[in-house]
Amino acid sequence: MRVQLFGTCLVDALFPEVGEATVKLLRHFGAEVDYPAGQTCCGQPAFNAGYRAEAAAAARHFLDIFAATEGPIVTPSGSCAAMVKHHYPALLQDEPGMSGKAAAVAGRIYELSQFLVGVLRAHERGFAGRGRITYHSSCHLTRSLGVREEPLALLAALRGAEIVPLSDATRCCGFGGMFMAKLPEISCALADEKAGAILASGADTVTGCDSGCLMNIADGLKKRGSQVRVAHLAQLLAEGL
Amino acid sequence: MSAEQTSLQFRANAARAINDPQLRAALRNATDTFGQRRESAFATLPDLEALRERASAIRLEVLNHLPAYLEQFTANASAAGAIVHRAADAAAARELVAGLLKARGVTMVAKSKSMVSEEIHLNPYLEAAGIEVVETDLGEYIIQLEHETPSHIIVPAIHKSRQQVGRLFAERLGIPYSDDPQVLTRTARAVLRDKFLAAGAGLSGANFGIAASGSLALFTNEGNGRMVTTLPPLHIAVLSIEKLLPSLRELPTFIRLLPRSATGQAITSYLSLITGTRRPGEATGAEELHIVLLDNGRSEILKGACREMLKCIRCGACMNVCPVYRTVGGHAYGWTYPGPMGLILTNLLAGMETSYPLVDASTLCGACVEVCPVKIPLVELILELRRRRVRDGFSGSATDLGMRLFARAASAPKLFNWGERLARICWPAVRRIGGKNVAGRLPRPAAKPFHARMK
Repeated sequence: MRVQLFGTCLVDALFPEVGEATVKLLRHFGAEVDYPAGQTCCGQPAFNAGYRAEAAAAARHFLDIFAATEGPIVTPSGSCAAMVKHHYPALLQDEPGMSGKAAAVAGRIYELSQFLVGVLRAHERGFAGRGRITYHSSCHLTRSLGVREEPLALLAALRGAEIVPLSDATRCCGFGGMFMAKLPEISCALADEKAGAILASGADTVTGCDSGCLMNIADGLKKRGSQVRVAHLAQLLAEGL
Repeated sequence: MSAEQTSLQFRANAARAINDPQLRAALRNATDTFGQRRESAFATLPDLEALRERASAIRLEVLNHLPAYLEQFTANASAAGAIVHRAADAAAARELVAGLLKARGVTMVAKSKSMVSEEIHLNPYLEAAGIEVVETDLGEYIIQLEHETPSHIIVPAIHKSRQQVGRLFAERLGIPYSDDPQVLTRTARAVLRDKFLAAGAGLSGANFGIAASGSLALFTNEGNGRMVTTLPPLHIAVLSIEKLLPSLRELPTFIRLLPRSATGQAITSYLSLITGTRRPGEATGAEELHIVLLDNGRSEILKGACREMLKCIRCGACMNVCPVYRTVGGHAYGWTYPGPMGLILTNLLAGMETSYPLVDASTLCGACVEVCPVKIPLVELILELRRRRVRDGFSGSATDLGMRLFARAASAPKLFNWGERLARICWPAVRRIGGKNVAGRLPRPAAKPFHARMK
């Protein structure tokens, strides 16, 4: 099976190791990974800030690149997958030529854990795990994309690791994309609250499926002087192959 | 907190709230409690989703035919003895109410909790006209003593600890200090009992107006609502035009949803249905009932893309689960309605120019959408308001320019990658400019970005 990888801008610039872990995982489970050249950003920063024309420009570029490919499109971000799946079709509905592409690409996009479990059935084999891990379920991943069970199934396959519950697990970490920059005081307060819950869980590692949220959580933990490791689920799984 | 709108200072208001440990503890405790009670209340109710769908459909039906329902409500309420008025805006409603009271020589009114009266700033207006207004809901009574406004639509004094209330009562009512809620409640009750009996009029809102019968439905817990609406000879109810239900047949859906969503109760202690005035042979009820139907911009909202906001039944569930509300409280929003429903309504009712910073007051996490009993697409509406803010030129020229650059770069990979490289090279400067709030919270860009590793 051939899959198209959308790395996301955040992974590209700040967390390339998450992209590499994603490639390693997909290949391990028998997928051939294409990384379409010229990909940039899904446009979410502009869309969420109300800049529809600017978001549409990013969306058109994304569609030009990915509509020219075939097969599933996989991305290690619930938020970016939700953008492509739910917002592209509405954003481009009045553009003949683009609306069809948007609908077709929306039907092909998968968030990584969704693809690993739903298509590659990666959770059916074990991964080497260690330590005490807690999981932050990102808001767009769960509420917009509806991906709730898949990351848990993958975590359960981490043999040797103890998965510990996080209190108020569904509460937002305060990242919110541009929210982090627009209202930093609230964003930091929420990250601190999340960091407190992670510390109280007794975990030595916190994981999730969105680098943006994990980045914000890492900052909250750092400000508390915590040694808890923050790692994308792709990294934990790739390490355990 | 005065009636002055401070929504433009949202960020500063929020920052102040964040540094108030007492406020944050009070908010955390109360919103957690209400959130948990809500969950357990719904746990015993089969098929919540179908109920929400039905409630949403009923509210939409009313909105889709609002003029007809208003006409029907007016005819039936009038037939039952009420006098129904229409007020186009806040000023008209205030003048109407004050005029009715003055014409009857009323010098003191007992009032039950009403957010729409806060929206039109009724209390200060009446007080300026020489009419004493006594809030009889305990929470409202507390904040009236403190000269504050409600910070939650269901729990107006949510921001107060019982110790603060104890000190307030000791100071204002001249009683020995106590922070025992029972003692405080008994004190308020004794003070208010006399007010009910002496009041020349009762002022209330209404949760719903029932078009087919002309009735008002009031969900209350303290009994004060019933006294306000039945003891004084004159009862004036102010409600906004969208709060109608077609008939009593639709009410049970909302009896199931509203108290559970609001306070986690299966039903409120009191559910009053008021149809017209006191009839011959009846022992209670106002002799004269006036119903003021307030528009205040709602007919305009109804025409636009945010019309579903008018489905709202004011349960407050969205604010209890909102990470932003839970952190900053209601006063930070700077107007009448806080939280997700509040920032949207404030923007729609008070205008973009007085409230545009509020549309940022959401992480778009969607927790509010999950709990809304009438399925308002709150996140979609916030995104729509953000679109309008850009359209109306309230996003700031720096952001406008930044976003134009973003759009250009996002469609030109070379430029995009060059921007990434530039950010890495200039990282120390970026951190200095971005400060501790933004860039200081990001890791340094990678030496070799992912796309370069995939070549």
